[in-house]
Amino acid sequence: MTLQSATGPVPTIERGFSARQYLVCLKGILIREGLRFLNQRERFISSLVRPLLWLFVFAAGFRQVLGVSIIPPYKTYVLYEVYITPGLCGMILLFSGMQSSLSMVYDREMGNMRTLLVSPFPRWFLLVSKLLAGVTVSIMQVYAFLAIAWFWGVKPPWTGYFMVLPALFLSGMMLCSLGMLLSSMIKQLENFAGIMNFVIFPMYFASPALYPLWRIQESSPLLHKICLANPFTYAVELIRFALYGQVDWGSLMLVVAFTIVFLGGAVLAYDPSIGLLSRKQDTGGNA
Amino acid sequence: MQHVKANDGVSLPAALDVSGVNHSYGQKQVLSDISFSIAPQRFTVLLGLNGAGKTTLFSLISHLYNTRHGTIRIFGHDVGREPGEALRRLGIVFQARTLDLDLSVYQNLSYHASLHGIGRREALSRIKSLLAQIDMSERLYDKARSLSGGQMRRIEIARALLHRPPLLLLDEATVGLDIRSRAEILATIRKLVITDGISVFWATHLIDEVEETDHVIILDKGRVLADGRVDDVVRSCGASSIREAFATLTGVASVPAGGESR
Repeated sequence: MTLQSATGPVPTIERGFSARQYLVCLKGILIREGLRFLNQRERFISSLVRPLLWLFVFAAGFRQVLGVSIIPPYKTYVLYEVYITPGLCGMILLFSGMQSSLSMVYDREMGNMRTLLVSPFPRWFLLVSKLLAGVTVSIMQVYAFLAIAWFWGVKPPWTGYFMVLPALFLSGMMLCSLGMLLSSMIKQLENFAGIMNFVIFPMYFASPALYPLWRIQESSPLLHKICLANPFTYAVELIRFALYGQVDWGSLMLVVAFTIVFLGGAVLAYDPSIGLLSRKQDTGGNA
Repeated sequence: MQHVKANDGVSLPAALDVSGVNHSYGQKQVLSDISFSIAPQRFTVLLGLNGAGKTTLFSLISHLYNTRHGTIRIFGHDVGREPGEALRRLGIVFQARTLDLDLSVYQNLSYHASLHGIGRREALSRIKSLLAQIDMSERLYDKARSLSGGQMRRIEIARALLHRPPLLLLDEATVGLDIRSRAEILATIRKLVITDGISVFWATHLIDEVEETDHVIILDKGRVLADGRVDDVVRSCGASSIREAFATLTGVASVPAGGESR
């Protein structure tokens, strides 16, 4: 085995990176996440099976039990399937965001995260790129779900399919940022079950994904308050309005605000100079 | 900033300059006042038993951990203040395997290339060239999972060289490999110093990986016990070999050699 790394002795290295090199790095991270996703076909299938079960089984069963009155953005009475579809899109983003968090913990345990963190690009850029990769994968899952839902009679206006894209992107960013923040706090892969129980399910059920907020308020004012404090509530409403060609400005602003908070926290948490990783070192944890 | 003479006598900033570094995990101090310099284009061995603090030191050098006390410079670039400039001059082979087993060799290497801003065409050319040199061209599109331990290590070394770093860090790179693979990898890395002028910082606990002409830094319980040419260290200890010098300095009766694990 003979290796020659360079064309000659110690090459001169330019300072900094060009915009093109930043794009190359982003593209590399996107491709890697895409490949990982393709290599895990069961992940794609399970990500679709979960919302489809809710759509085909749960919604069909509860259609007669749960009536939905005319509430914006709907201009008429809608079937329960139609009502929960935006919530199920949110569900895909939520699970996918947490899946990204799981994959980051896995990467950290397997050592792959080190290869990312020793890249000379700024750490915030690397983490945002990883986030964008995760969001891109989730959005593809949502569109696959919407395509199947169309055959099930959930047919929003065709413009909604375009308008929902930025809403999905923002909501995905918010949820993946939250996942990334959580992953920086999880020491071991085994602890991910806790995320399922303490984060995903409460966030999903305490939101307007399955029932309108006014109904929740009628049945439990406390739960209504919890729903209002839940970031996922605004992601679902943002998606719901966008899917019907409208913008829910309140939700939009809150989703952006939550994204900034979660993303800022995630970047700080993965910065070894400050934040959670340093504190874990202090207590003898593995990085 | 420490300047040292390279093999060809030219004065260059130290390939690696570690000054007054301390690190602790909670109350447990794992590195105490670590200071040393590595000359460019030299093979330097960081010799220490398991638990001496080698991996922690590597984590600080590679900016995985923040250096809270002391400074670390790579070719004059402070790892804490200019991590990007420092890291682009550094190639790392971690002790633990870090290839993504679900991806092919090409996908693993091209991912690394992109993390250094190297475009697809250039990356492919470098990957093919490096794989040809390690006789692994035919494994380009094989899954990393299908490689043996030695092959994976060779791919990781090729990966660390892909962005042409002037300083290469290897943390226990031969652990878990058979004698032949160990010898091959060690010879290859030593040759890189001569042919490419790369500076190598080789961490090991296996004393038979040290040669007389090497620069050796002996680390034990988070402290540097010796720093210099092997023959100087041996002489200053009044020992007859590096093995004896190591045993004298660390007070360890049984010093691990190749194939042994402590």
